[in-house]
Amino acid sequence: MPSAIDKSDVQGLVRTAFNDMIEARFHAVEIIDVTSARAWLQSVLALVNNSVAPKEGGDPAQKERALQLAFSWSGLRKLGVPAGTADGFSLEFQSGMSGEANRSRRLGDVGGDAPEQWKWGGPNNVADLVVMIYKIDNLAAWETEVQGPLWSKAFREVTQPLDTSHLDNDIEPFGFKDGLSQPKVDWALSRKAKREEFDFGNLITAGEFLLGYPNEYNKLTERPTVAEKEDPNRILMPAEGAPGRRDFGLNGTYLVFRDLTQDVRGLWQFLDKQSAGDRDARLQLGALAVGRTTKGDPLVPLSEKPIAGIEPKEEKDNRFTYDSDPTGTRCPIGAHIRRANPRVADMPSDTKGFFKRALRLLGFGAPRPDDDLVSSVRFHRVLRRGREYGPELKPDDAVKQTTPDGIPRGLRFICLNANITRQFEFVQQAWSMGTKFAGLTEQSDPLLGNRTAINGCLTTATFTVPQDTGLARCIEGVPQFVSLRGGGYFFLPSIRALRYIASLP
Amino acid sequence: MTPQGNLMVLATVTAGRESELRTLLASMNRQPGVVDPDNALVPFRRLDRIHFARFVILDDRTLDDITIYKLPRVDYPLSVAFIADFDGPQNSFIDELERIAGSGLARIFACCGFGGGDLKAWMKEHRTKPAANYVNTVGRTMLEVREEAALRDFICTYLRGAGAPVVAKMTPAQVRKTLRELVKSSGIKLTPPAPTPIGWRISQLINFITGLLFIPLAILFLPILIPLGIIYLIILRLHETTDAEVDRRAAPDVQRKLAEIEDHDVANQFSAMGSLKPGWFRLLNISIGLVVINWTARHIFTRGHLGRVQTIHFARWVYLNDRKRLYFASNYDGSLDSYMDDFINKVGFGLNLVFSNGIGYPRTNYLVFDGAKDEQKFKRYIRRHQLPTEVWYDAHPGRTAVDLARNTRIREGLERSSMSDADTRQWLQLF
Ligand code: HEM
Repeated sequence: MPSAIDKSDVQGLVRTAFNDMIEARFHAVEIIDVTSARAWLQSVLALVNNSVAPKEGGDPAQKERALQLAFSWSGLRKLGVPAGTADGFSLEFQSGMSGEANRSRRLGDVGGDAPEQWKWGGPNNVADLVVMIYKIDNLAAWETEVQGPLWSKAFREVTQPLDTSHLDNDIEPFGFKDGLSQPKVDWALSRKAKREEFDFGNLITAGEFLLGYPNEYNKLTERPTVAEKEDPNRILMPAEGAPGRRDFGLNGTYLVFRDLTQDVRGLWQFLDKQSAGDRDARLQLGALAVGRTTKGDPLVPLSEKPIAGIEPKEEKDNRFTYDSDPTGTRCPIGAHIRRANPRVADMPSDTKGFFKRALRLLGFGAPRPDDDLVSSVRFHRVLRRGREYGPELKPDDAVKQTTPDGIPRGLRFICLNANITRQFEFVQQAWSMGTKFAGLTEQSDPLLGNRTAINGCLTTATFTVPQDTGLARCIEGVPQFVSLRGGGYFFLPSIRALRYIASLP
Repeated sequence: MTPQGNLMVLATVTAGRESELRTLLASMNRQPGVVDPDNALVPFRRLDRIHFARFVILDDRTLDDITIYKLPRVDYPLSVAFIADFDGPQNSFIDELERIAGSGLARIFACCGFGGGDLKAWMKEHRTKPAANYVNTVGRTMLEVREEAALRDFICTYLRGAGAPVVAKMTPAQVRKTLRELVKSSGIKLTPPAPTPIGWRISQLINFITGLLFIPLAILFLPILIPLGIIYLIILRLHETTDAEVDRRAAPDVQRKLAEIEDHDVANQFSAMGSLKPGWFRLLNISIGLVVINWTARHIFTRGHLGRVQTIHFARWVYLNDRKRLYFASNYDGSLDSYMDDFINKVGFGLNLVFSNGIGYPRTNYLVFDGAKDEQKFKRYIRRHQLPTEVWYDAHPGRTAVDLARNTRIREGLERSSMSDADTRQWLQLF
């Protein structure tokens, strides 16, 4: 197993969200001329940011501007990446986010959100690559430099350039502080995942976010390799554990792109109606739906003990689990962040002592009937790297807006993971869209849910706020606030793999 | 209480009639993976004792795997299975089957050697018993499931609609009282459980005691068992360290076909088969493993969970071809990937115990460790051995095992004559 990660070989997005670079634009493109595309790739190779921070001796220019490149399976094939990599690329990557009806069913991409309805990334306009451009200011000049003279010969944009915006105080369009909780990636390779982890931890093995390193099962995730003769210039590293092969996957990862629109007015007017026009009440209800206040404060008290992988400076935002709130009377079980990260370990939290452990292992001794319904989260983490778009619309203004202003707002949701099915898809499907998450029923994520009817269920459009006093407060008829306009599954190659792609004949 | 019964009819498909059979089975579906409960061949909805039922063609794509043991591939004849989990005894169920679906079944089984005549006798002749069988909640009948679901939906509809202002200012005890009166006056039926069949009770007791007897016996024979155990461990390690893994992906088109029929409901079906590792040792291993699973499923895991897993409705393990092969079927909540994750993380040891005796399974250590925890290998193994279930019927679509358990708790709480304040609050949290 590798003993260190060569950060100069990893695209910078894995390490950072480039938050200082508040201007960004993404281009989803189709390759129309392979030779030009490859020549373009050659021309920008030196501009792609790696993961070495400037203070660690990285290129100082990386502080000011960034370029990142991710390819879909069709893009890689067009550029001549050997067909044999198919054995190592995951099947979900190869079939794509919109490639199968089953996947769309699972992800909740049905009805108005079905791939046929997307602006880009659907069956007829899959992007071959996304070109992601970031800058601290004056993005346009940097964009022109990146695109260079070959751009329009090489590519056709499958959709208008995907603009982003930066809202003050790091809020997302609904008005909630975002970007607070992320898994801490074990860059030092110091963590060896144990068979059974009894405490929730936030330090996650590098192999969950980068190919070529041990993951939370202490195994290497499957990854693409090429035959030695397919890499005559020896650009790639020898593939460990695969004699005669070179490692195309090492230091790469998968990038999931979901182009989401947010109905800011719709959300706040609905919350307002449920709160009979009371400002504090609607903010509070919003906080219950998200699981944090608009300012980002968690709804449950901080844990007494520190949590591995939560840095001192983020303790007030993140040193918590839901152990103190099993029934969800403080933070509803169905709140967005409680679904997206239920913060549970492999075994229920009260599993101390041999006898108790054995009993719980067999499923007995639960303090409550709906205990232990959620999978251990360490296998289901993603690194979120998305960007907002659209101008700010403050909750108070959203409530007052009589007719929609027609200005699109939303989130270009991006996340990184080594195993799309086990990480992103699981979170999206079993936790966010799942109408049966953690013993709930008739509801999906209050922010994200598509409210599609399910055979045998009265509705899927509720949101319950459990109460200590007994009956939950049940919010009914929750509309859909977030919809999907496009997206795809991409591979974010290592710097070496980028050079390799650019060098292909 | 009426315990559930089960039936598996297993028959060889007559040479040359496979495609006819497939067409017939497909005609029962509205689309692949979605059965028409009122289809002309087997109108499942009218067979109201059924919880789950399926037709599956046992087309093993892994028959070559045995060659890693330098044994020749055996081309077993193709067979088809009809499986049902239902309430009450098997005999009366078979009567009902014939009465309601006799002509359809006759057409299906005509592709498998049924030449007309006594269908019931033919089905009985082709019965195969499971080596181990798991029922999520023993004795919860479909009648109960339906009545409790109606009860829960009725109360929830009331609480969210007309009842909301009524109960808003009430204490928990008053709410419960209101609900009790409401249900009483509504005419909602809650049939009391039928008496438990005495024969079933006796056989349960005998089986339970037989199992328990092993404990004193084991203590008695400890002096012999310890050296035997050491020998067993040595042999086990010899096998574990040398048994080859077969680690390949299922063909993409097979995976797509499997995916096509999954995730149309909140629950899913799973069918898989494979060959057991040759030799007496593995046979002994799996025989003990399945006896233990069956015994614990009969006496210990009878109330809503198999180990830590609360998402399995019914499951069965069936030996085929003189214990040379094994078939596994289950009905579970969620998608296959979350099911596999649950398995790996929560009952990996139990899986290893049984499936490590199958050819090509990811390497285990000391029978229970590792194996399934080699996550991607395990998932590839599962997908490779999985069979498309041609027809699958779920009598309570949209409801998970956890939903059913909650509905039962709602009913129990409603029927209790008195309840403490704390319990009442907890009970009200179920809505
Ligand atoms: C427009 C859509 C979305 C909005 C408005 C939104 C909003 C938020 C907000 C306000 C937070 C709290 C900030 C934080 O904890 O960092 C958050 C956290 C999170 N969201 Fe979303 N989100 C959206 C889509 C998604 C999607 C599609 C996923 C993945 C399936 C997702 C996964 C997460 C995760 C994993 C967290 C962190 C939870 C934690 O670790 O405690 N979100 N989101």
